[in-house]
Amino acid sequence: MSHQEQIVPHGHILRYTFTERLTHWFAGFSYVYLLLTGLAFWSPWCFWIALGLGGGQVSRMLHPWIGLIFAASVLRMFQLWASQMRSSAVDREWWKNIRYYSTNQDDKMPPAGRYNAGQKFLFWGFFWSAGFLLLSGVVLWFPTYVPWNFRSLRYLAVLIHPAAALLTIGLFLIHLYMGLFAERGAFGSVIRGDVSAAFAKRYHPGWYEEITGQATSPKK
Amino acid sequence: MSQATLRVQKISGHAGSVPGQDAQREYTVCKLIDTTTCIGCKACEVACMEWNDLPFGETSFDNTYQTMPETRWNYWNLILFNEHEKEDGSLMWLMRKNQCMHCAEPGCLAACPADGAIVQYANGIVDFQQANCIGCGYCITGCPFDIPKMNPKTNRVFKCTLCSDRVSEGLEPACIKACPTGCLHFGSKEDMKDLADKRAKQLREHYDFPNAGIYDPAGVGGTGVVYVLHDATKPELYGGLPADPHVPWSVKLWKGPLKWLGNVAMVGGLIGLFVHYLRFGPKAREDEDIQPGGPS
Repeated sequence: MSHQEQIVPHGHILRYTFTERLTHWFAGFSYVYLLLTGLAFWSPWCFWIALGLGGGQVSRMLHPWIGLIFAASVLRMFQLWASQMRSSAVDREWWKNIRYYSTNQDDKMPPAGRYNAGQKFLFWGFFWSAGFLLLSGVVLWFPTYVPWNFRSLRYLAVLIHPAAALLTIGLFLIHLYMGLFAERGAFGSVIRGDVSAAFAKRYHPGWYEEITGQATSPKK
Repeated sequence: MSQATLRVQKISGHAGSVPGQDAQREYTVCKLIDTTTCIGCKACEVACMEWNDLPFGETSFDNTYQTMPETRWNYWNLILFNEHEKEDGSLMWLMRKNQCMHCAEPGCLAACPADGAIVQYANGIVDFQQANCIGCGYCITGCPFDIPKMNPKTNRVFKCTLCSDRVSEGLEPACIKACPTGCLHFGSKEDMKDLADKRAKQLREHYDFPNAGIYDPAGVGGTGVVYVLHDATKPELYGGLPADPHVPWSVKLWKGPLKWLGNVAMVGGLIGLFVHYLRFGPKAREDEDIQPGGPS
């Protein structure tokens, strides 16, 4: 898609294409199911969640299948976004100034592109965690197929799976907080796709420049 | 399987207290297996299937005196056979009746996430409650003896119950009743340890087994099944009996420090984010109008 096409009516800017939004919500809904059933298996204090979702047996049966959907959506996101998630000089500046970001002094932040350094961290954090979750998850899915002599695989899996899951939970909580509460307009953008020019200018000035700069310059 | 008259002392995946814990005094029960007098007749295997109504399954012949390679979800009691060549070139036929060891600190129970799928009775018997089993197989990972086995059709895990239904009625387990040589004994742990001590001493002093001894591994808190071995320094000879079994360190790490760390981090994270919102609020105010869909 050209930058020209990203300018939508009312001076808004298309931030997420339909494919991007759909993929995001495939990942989002599957992740929430995995999180809830995973928490049920994690602690007896959360086991009631599994009962609410159809019982422990059903949760155990569906968790790995939903996990495959989640893994596939993460892979799709990798195809869509990996090239935009490379760390840049601006990102290194961004991390150095994160105290301004976390205290809402966004005007003091270096100009982020389409994704700021935090979002890139979230992306790679989820990507690598999903990889570890998938590998350990396959072992946990079929424990009876792991021969006794390879039992250390199972020992590793029961440790890696929750550890990687905990990492994603940390990322997920921050992601929810940013999208639902901190950055007004962000949640709508992953539903409807567009953001206001003010939003783009405020949070992703580099990206805003890139789009409007090219769009305003005469074509052909 | 049955807990009609058995008090429970530990419950898997259970939040809160254990009903009836410490309500009554109970003996810790124990099965004593004297491998030195086992003739490998398989009467215990048959008795186990008979009493527990286990369906007939195919056996396999591997040129030894062993019914099948390992226990199955519906074959809980298997005599493992090993032809051992001693240093002087003579042979020993080692027979070990393999089944659940009923650990005092069961790894299966520690690993199990399903409420009440595994219980330990006050008498020490570790029992699976298939109605509560969710089929995750974590018990398989928690067990250092490779005992829990999954029924592939129902995804429920099964193993020896130490005939908890018989024991609750004051009877000995079926395998004990069937044993023709008296190599199997059943009683309180204390009595069985005494008996085992005597037998091991006899083997050391009156027979040519200077290393004879008892197998009651401390790594799992002791077991509800105790062996007398000709050579207690080499338990591996007896069908791979682990020398120092313990709940896998990764299971301990997962159910211990990682769990605490994770819980503190998750709850702390939620509180932290909430407090952050109270302190700093959203990045932009409503009247700054950066919502999508509205005028720019």
